[in-house]
Amino acid sequence: MARNVSTQRKIVVTVVAWTIGILIFFPILWTFLTSFKTEAEAIASPPSLFFFDWTTENYHEVQSRSNYFLHFMNSVVVSFGSTLIGLIIAIPSAWAMAFSPTKRTKDVLMWMLSTKMMPSVGVLVPMYLMFRNTGLLDTRTGLVIVLTLINLPIIIWMLYTYFKEIPGEILEAARMDGASLSKEIIYVLTPMAIPGIASTLLLNIILAWNEAFWTLNLSAAKAAPLTAFIASYSSPEGLFYAKLSAASTMAIAPILILGWFSQKQLVRGLTFGAVK
Amino acid sequence: MNLRTFLLGTCSAVALSGLAQAETLTIATVNNGDMIRMQKLTEDFTSKNPDIQLEWVTLEENVLRQRVTTDIATKGGQYDIMTIGTYEVPIWAKQGWLLPLDNLGADYDVDDLLPAIRSGLTIDGKLYAAPFYGESSMVMYRKDLFEKAGLTMPDAPTWDFIADAARKITDKNNELYGICLRGKAGWGENMAFLTATANAFGARWFDENWKPQFDQPEWKNALDFYVKLMNDAGPPGASSNGFNENLSLFQTGKCGMWIDATVAASFVTNPKESTVADKVGFALAPDTGLGKRGNWLWAWNLAIPAGSQKVASAEKFIAWATGKDYLKLVADKEGWANVPPGTRTSLYANPEYQKAAPFAKMTLDSINAADPKNPAVKPVPYVGVQFVAIPEFQGLGTAVGQQFSAALAGQMSVDDALASAQKLTEREMTKAGYIK
Repeated sequence: MARNVSTQRKIVVTVVAWTIGILIFFPILWTFLTSFKTEAEAIASPPSLFFFDWTTENYHEVQSRSNYFLHFMNSVVVSFGSTLIGLIIAIPSAWAMAFSPTKRTKDVLMWMLSTKMMPSVGVLVPMYLMFRNTGLLDTRTGLVIVLTLINLPIIIWMLYTYFKEIPGEILEAARMDGASLSKEIIYVLTPMAIPGIASTLLLNIILAWNEAFWTLNLSAAKAAPLTAFIASYSSPEGLFYAKLSAASTMAIAPILILGWFSQKQLVRGLTFGAVK
Repeated sequence: MNLRTFLLGTCSAVALSGLAQAETLTIATVNNGDMIRMQKLTEDFTSKNPDIQLEWVTLEENVLRQRVTTDIATKGGQYDIMTIGTYEVPIWAKQGWLLPLDNLGADYDVDDLLPAIRSGLTIDGKLYAAPFYGESSMVMYRKDLFEKAGLTMPDAPTWDFIADAARKITDKNNELYGICLRGKAGWGENMAFLTATANAFGARWFDENWKPQFDQPEWKNALDFYVKLMNDAGPPGASSNGFNENLSLFQTGKCGMWIDATVAASFVTNPKESTVADKVGFALAPDTGLGKRGNWLWAWNLAIPAGSQKVASAEKFIAWATGKDYLKLVADKEGWANVPPGTRTSLYANPEYQKAAPFAKMTLDSINAADPKNPAVKPVPYVGVQFVAIPEFQGLGTAVGQQFSAALAGQMSVDDALASAQKLTEREMTKAGYIK
């Protein structure tokens, strides 16, 4: 009897999970399908789901119009670069806040988060002027710097919460054995926090990959990442849905594949030791 | 060995100096068909000017506007040529942000530019931007449906005729709607259409002292007329329809009439995209007998930001892209129907173009009928038919557009929408210092 109930529940849970999963995934699927339609089919109503003349002309068009590889490399450099630099800064600072907090630690954390509360456009002009004066406009370096700064509060917060769960006694033991501060962080803390660091890393790469405001505004021709590539295919007057979908598919594919691959690692990392 | 090194060194030095001489122009532009076509044809320019290389930054219109405005206001210098609309040109020229285009060459023939378009780009007698393509608005209608209903569309219809015809054609059971008009909120969306239409009803945004006029009867007439017409003969959910949504409805045969940009004519008559391609007729935007038609005027133009280091090359490019020879180049490669419209008188005199583009005459008449310096029946202190060329208009237009879109959706009454439009415009204009 008990088994029957659990099977039923399993079915219900599975159906619910699949429904939610498909609902969430549907926009991406729709974008993917639209990218293989002609412009006329893309706006047709009622739309056809699978039964249309599949065509790759949008991909040809996008390839011939834009330098996809340049935008792709810019996105890779900017998102990976900013996340790695962010981690290098954030690990020591999260360590400090988690293991040797002071009276003001909570306030400092809140203050860091508060920098995310201001709308970005409010500081666009001063940032633009600073970038202009330092020659950083339309450079990958400039974008790495700005994305590092933008995502730093999130990285520190995430790492801080992960580090908080690691018992301080282990670090104390390492210190008793004569580990220096840097060794303590590199050889003791970091390996234990790998799952946390890995998920922080992935989340921030995705955030940086998708960041559209600063990457669009501070780049022009040379450093423009995939966000600018997508923005060049939308239009208020004209048919563009199919081409835009093709461009979007090409822009999200790399990060989607990365997500799929690292998902296994992440889940294993996150659940590792959970049964002990 | 030594000789080889020497030769290699010389070769690379020559190559480097060659690179150093080539000047790169960075051009910011919008994503629309004519601009994309130009990008594909630039080989013609670079082969004639081997010392100039081109780099394109193509963006969606609103992203581009934000992007180039930031750059020019901070003198960022990221772009050597910017694509801007007729809304920006007078504002930016007054700010001293643009260079006058005095040296476009002897054979450029400035006088060939359409007078209505040219006047919107000329400030204090100087041309500050060169038009790449221009457009107005007009009525596109289904000849077959008009015939079926026993109606004949005049070349210059009145709003009463349009409304009457729209109600007659409407057959909601068969998803056929007499008229499709913009309803989506935005200064370049519903307010472009409504501001231009309000001109035909005798309304205006501001009086001579910059006092907002939404509390006047003309605006109430215009908005009331629009909301009632759309409720009776418009498609469901019209308050979220912009250009693209209406284009899609018209192309799939769901609209009897559509009043929008002249550029749409080439889309709805293209048999590859449109199911009604051979059934479309054109007419001037309607009036109400007050002497103004609700047809707007817009052009995408190329301009050089002040402080540019590469003025000579930029002028060469602009002269190429907006010159007469470019029209011929497009015609040779892609046919006359694909030539960028609405900039030159000579194009409309060309019999080959008239043959290839059935909408040519109506486009020209619509552009000529627009008068951006005297857009309304009553005098106004501003320039612009479907916009008011002041920096505050983007924000104001969108805020007012939201009220009107809500009125169309039935979320508020026409009176309430006008009252709140009046209030918010008064507040902003006082804050900006126009109303003392």
